[in-house]
Amino acid sequence: MTGIPVEHLLIFSALMFFIGMYGFLTRKNLVTMLIGIELMLNAVNINLVVIDRFVYPKQTDGLFFAMFVIAVAAAEAAVAIAIFINLYRNIRSVDVEKVNEMKY
Amino acid sequence: MEANTVIWIFILPLGAFILNGLIGKHLPGRTPGWIAVTAMGAATVITWIEVYRFVRLDEPAFYQHHFFTWLNITARITIKAGVLTDPLSLMMMAVVTTVSLLVFLYSIDYMKGEQGYARFFAFLSLFSFSMLGLVAAPNLIQLYMCWELVGLSSYLLIGFYYQKPEAVAAAKKAFIVTRFADFGFLTGILLLSGITGTIQIEELNHFSGIPDFFSQQATFLGLSSITWAMALIFIGGAGKSAMFPLHIWLPDAMEGPTPVSALIHAATMVVAGVFLVARLFPLYQAFAPQALDFIALIGAFSLLFAAIIACAQTDIKRILAFSTMSQIGYMMLALGAGGYAASLFHLFTHAFFKALLFLGAGAIIHVVHTQHIEQMGGLRKVMPVTHVLFLIACLAIAGIPPFAGFFSKDEILIAVYAHSKVYFAVALTGAALTAFYMFRLYFKVFWHQSKEVHAHPAPVLMMVPMIVLAVASVITGFTGFNLFYPLAGHHDFTVPFTSVIVALTGITTAGVLYLKKREKPEQRPLLYRVVQNKFYIDEVYLFVTKNIIFRSIAFPIAWFDRHVVDGFMNALARVTQSFSQKIKFLQSGQVQQYAWVFMAGAAALIFMLMFIVR
Repeated sequence: MTGIPVEHLLIFSALMFFIGMYGFLTRKNLVTMLIGIELMLNAVNINLVVIDRFVYPKQTDGLFFAMFVIAVAAAEAAVAIAIFINLYRNIRSVDVEKVNEMKY
Repeated sequence: MEANTVIWIFILPLGAFILNGLIGKHLPGRTPGWIAVTAMGAATVITWIEVYRFVRLDEPAFYQHHFFTWLNITARITIKAGVLTDPLSLMMMAVVTTVSLLVFLYSIDYMKGEQGYARFFAFLSLFSFSMLGLVAAPNLIQLYMCWELVGLSSYLLIGFYYQKPEAVAAAKKAFIVTRFADFGFLTGILLLSGITGTIQIEELNHFSGIPDFFSQQATFLGLSSITWAMALIFIGGAGKSAMFPLHIWLPDAMEGPTPVSALIHAATMVVAGVFLVARLFPLYQAFAPQALDFIALIGAFSLLFAAIIACAQTDIKRILAFSTMSQIGYMMLALGAGGYAASLFHLFTHAFFKALLFLGAGAIIHVVHTQHIEQMGGLRKVMPVTHVLFLIACLAIAGIPPFAGFFSKDEILIAVYAHSKVYFAVALTGAALTAFYMFRLYFKVFWHQSKEVHAHPAPVLMMVPMIVLAVASVITGFTGFNLFYPLAGHHDFTVPFTSVIVALTGITTAGVLYLKKREKPEQRPLLYRVVQNKFYIDEVYLFVTKNIIFRSIAFPIAWFDRHVVDGFMNALARVTQSFSQKIKFLQSGQVQQYAWVFMAGAAALIFMLMFIVR
């Protein structure tokens, strides 16, 4: 870890975040959109850990934040996938553009 | 006087009200009536024991006891529920309990088989409770509260036959008119307590004249503020006592059952106005002589006005209603003229003979099933006992010795004579008219040719109270009242002699006109029709309320409310609605579209934080 400079790590996490965002905004399949969300969350996790390690080395707050995010992400994935399955059972599709029942 | 005995005078009727009101419907037969009578009987006995102790055992003439503190307003003004007994309130309590008991007893058979028998006795008990609270009130607030309670019971009992539209209309009319007057009373109380800094009646009557809150020298339209306060309080009394021009509710109130008319609208509640003025009489005399002049004027006018109307009415109960108004006019006139004891004496005797007249009328209506005197006649053969009792009451109200009305009316005439000759002439004319219309009624009902009437003897329970009242109508002239107030003896017989002559003239005129033939002119004279229609006062009220208040004030305000105030609110709602109709398509249901907006928003926020806000 000592070999990698902090800028590289931050650039890596920023790239990962925007890749996830791109996936979330452009993909029409709900499952791939979920993967995009996971990418964004993990980019944030990397950011948290890196900032904790380099800026506040004596404290562990960032690490715990990252753990919380992992736990919440797991729950979120479980709920989202349950919704997708039910959605598929109802409309035989997981296309996000077909899920627009809740409009005006 | 023991506080824990006196409190039963109030608890018993209240208990009868609660008991009859809650479970009376499930009690068999006449039980509700007997509950009310028992409670009232016990209260009457306690009252008379207290009177006896007051008279014989030299109890202090003034006694005050507070049962509990009701409201703590400031350190100086606390309102305590309690009793104040002095000769005035003891006299009123004796009258109220005695007449109530007799009317309750009468009603047991009179109301037999009516719908809402228990309700009737519950309301009657509530009335007696409120009236007793009123006459025994030690402060103006308790007096006012009980004042409204008697108004409420009066309303409930006038509207007892609530399926009859006339009864409902009459009840509403009575409530609204007296409520209107009570507004004056309340304003008067507030003004008076503002001036004197107290609401305790005995402190008020010993008011030193040193103003508390604002100066009594403060004047409005040339009259001092305390005069205004007292005049406003009198307006409350005038509404309850049916003084002109607030009398319009009393004739209509006769839609209620006859015992109610006897108890509330003849003997007790309607004299509350007289009681109120008498209660604060020292204050009136010391600080508001102009208010007393006003009272005398209203009293004199009402007594003559009502007596004239009574001469042309054809409904037996309405004649008696106008006669009540006229007799209360006498009491008010006497108070205004300074004849305090005379006025109360007349109140005392009037309660008995007027209750007797109404109960007699009830017995007649019970037999002939009509209230129209033209449809009656020759009843002296059909109901001889009632005839004699009714005659006694008529003689008493006409002022023929030795019946009670003679003595009390005489006292009033003497007091008025000393005050003003004009009022004396009015009072004498009134006496003549009283004799005339009472005997017009008497001759029309009991003489003339006999009619086919199925005579069934009135029940004993109805006769007993009437006999008791008749005895009271005879003897209260000699004794009874001087238990409470000593009356000065008179040795000048000019006034009594004149009044008897005048009354006999009235009776003779009535006899000549109505004893034998029944005149039926095709075209009544104009004056007669005006009088028969009560001088069109009701129509004037209707005109004022309908055409002036409704048309020119209420309708424009309603229009303003409906079109301007509501219109503004409706326009606001309509603009909001159409705007949201326009923008609702932003909610497309496309999650990714929302995400774009969200991201753009987040980016904009970051941009602002980094480069603009700093």
